[in-house]
Amino acid sequence: MKARVAPPIILEKVTLGYDGSVALRQVCGEIPTGDMLALVGPNGGGKSTLLKALAGLLAPMAGRISRGGLEPGDVAYLPQATEIDRSFPIRVRDFVALGALRRCGLFARFAGEDARVASAIAAVGLAGCETRTLDALSGGQMQRALFARLVVEDRDVILLDEPFGAIDAATTNDLLDLVARWRAEGRTIVAALHEFDIVRRAFPRALLLAGRALAWGETAETLSAQNLDAARAIAAQDTERRADAL
Amino acid sequence: MLYDLLLAPFADYGFMRRALIGALALALSGGPLGVFLILRRMSLAGDALSHAILPGAAVGYLVAGLSRPAMTLGGLAAGLLGALASGAAARFSTLREDASLAAFYLVSLALGVTLVSLKGSNVDLLHVLFGSALALDDGALYLLAGVASLTLVALSVFYRALVVDTLDPTYLRRASALGEFMPFLFLGLVVINLVAGFQALGTLMAVGLIMLPAAAARLWTCDLAKMLAIAAGVGGVSAYVGLLFSYHSGAPTGPAIILSAGGAYFFSLLFGAPGGVARGLARKRSSHD
Repeated sequence: MKARVAPPIILEKVTLGYDGSVALRQVCGEIPTGDMLALVGPNGGGKSTLLKALAGLLAPMAGRISRGGLEPGDVAYLPQATEIDRSFPIRVRDFVALGALRRCGLFARFAGEDARVASAIAAVGLAGCETRTLDALSGGQMQRALFARLVVEDRDVILLDEPFGAIDAATTNDLLDLVARWRAEGRTIVAALHEFDIVRRAFPRALLLAGRALAWGETAETLSAQNLDAARAIAAQDTERRADAL
Repeated sequence: MLYDLLLAPFADYGFMRRALIGALALALSGGPLGVFLILRRMSLAGDALSHAILPGAAVGYLVAGLSRPAMTLGGLAAGLLGALASGAAARFSTLREDASLAAFYLVSLALGVTLVSLKGSNVDLLHVLFGSALALDDGALYLLAGVASLTLVALSVFYRALVVDTLDPTYLRRASALGEFMPFLFLGLVVINLVAGFQALGTLMAVGLIMLPAAAARLWTCDLAKMLAIAAGVGGVSAYVGLLFSYHSGAPTGPAIILSAGGAYFFSLLFGAPGGVARGLARKRSSHD
């Protein structure tokens, strides 16, 4: 297996937001090669926003994100499941094969990708579902299909937005195994999560976000009772302020 | 007897052959476009764009009378402008795209009818709104055939891009720089088909031959490639049946074609598998057992 050589991702005073209103302020830090980092924090704290910025979908309002020469498209990104139109008539195999889009381009045939697609589908436990359409999949199976597409994409940096939201425990465990394999291969993984038990169990490092970076380091330290209380307090203040504004 | 009913009109009359060729061309490219419109949840956008063409065609008419090049160019300009404007309005305002499209189309329809009425008679207005399939000259046929060919070539070349742009646009933007342009390319194709169809069926009816066969096809299969083919086929058959119906009954041509397409749609709605009502009821009953 070839060694993974994704450069570290460096955040310099990154401020993010939408339409002029700030969602996340002044984040500084480094995501080293091969890191497995969980983004945690209250809803609206900026987890998904930071992932979008890392994926190049959102330009920082201030500050800089350096990916060491990787283009945004060279980074794999799993959107929240709701962002995909599952009523579109496409079969699982064809959907997974789209992972080869950047390699093969928009016009060339997906030649030589058949084996890779088949093994990706097997790796996520969807063997036998190749010819089903997306609307015939359960929520968990859809998430497996999305992971299979990531496997076909085969990137050194993988960003996951709420990968285990609203899916069953068996699927979560299978997909966590897959993520662990990616980590063993030296890929960099950043995931936005709200399930603290999964973060404690599977992610060695965590970044706690509540409008700004509250803590960034070993998971156990980041998720200390003190830090979580601080995050909750900020979230509560936020809710109050929004209620006042109304 | 059967010959008299089904073939004689086309064998005997050149204008019927022309109408058939023109409508078939429109059906061939319009049906597949309609499938993508439906899958992109833009069924109403086609309607809106067909109205957006009207003021442009009307300006052409004011300048040069019932001259095809002038009305075509005017319609094309207005349609493309409408597509751009509604896309921009959706992007830069808080209105959703369907709301801004509805606004554009109401204003366009009123403006178009007003402009035509300024100079023309009611006959001209009817001509613009409902077309004149039985009076297609060489120029109109070339336009329809050219637009159909261009559309089919573009759909084949950009097939994968269109599929991904419909299914998961963010993914496309990240994978290819072309992603940003796909919505505009697609709307551009819709506009040229509407402008060409407006020669044959009029602004109000052209969109019918795009949407109805597509809606019918959606109810028969879950396979996109088959769906595109079925849409083109249903459109072609509707054109043929509609022309025959119009010939034998004296009904106006454009509406007759759209009514046949509508018949195909309602038949599919009731009996289509896997998407039709009968299947849906059967599924519901078996799930209750």
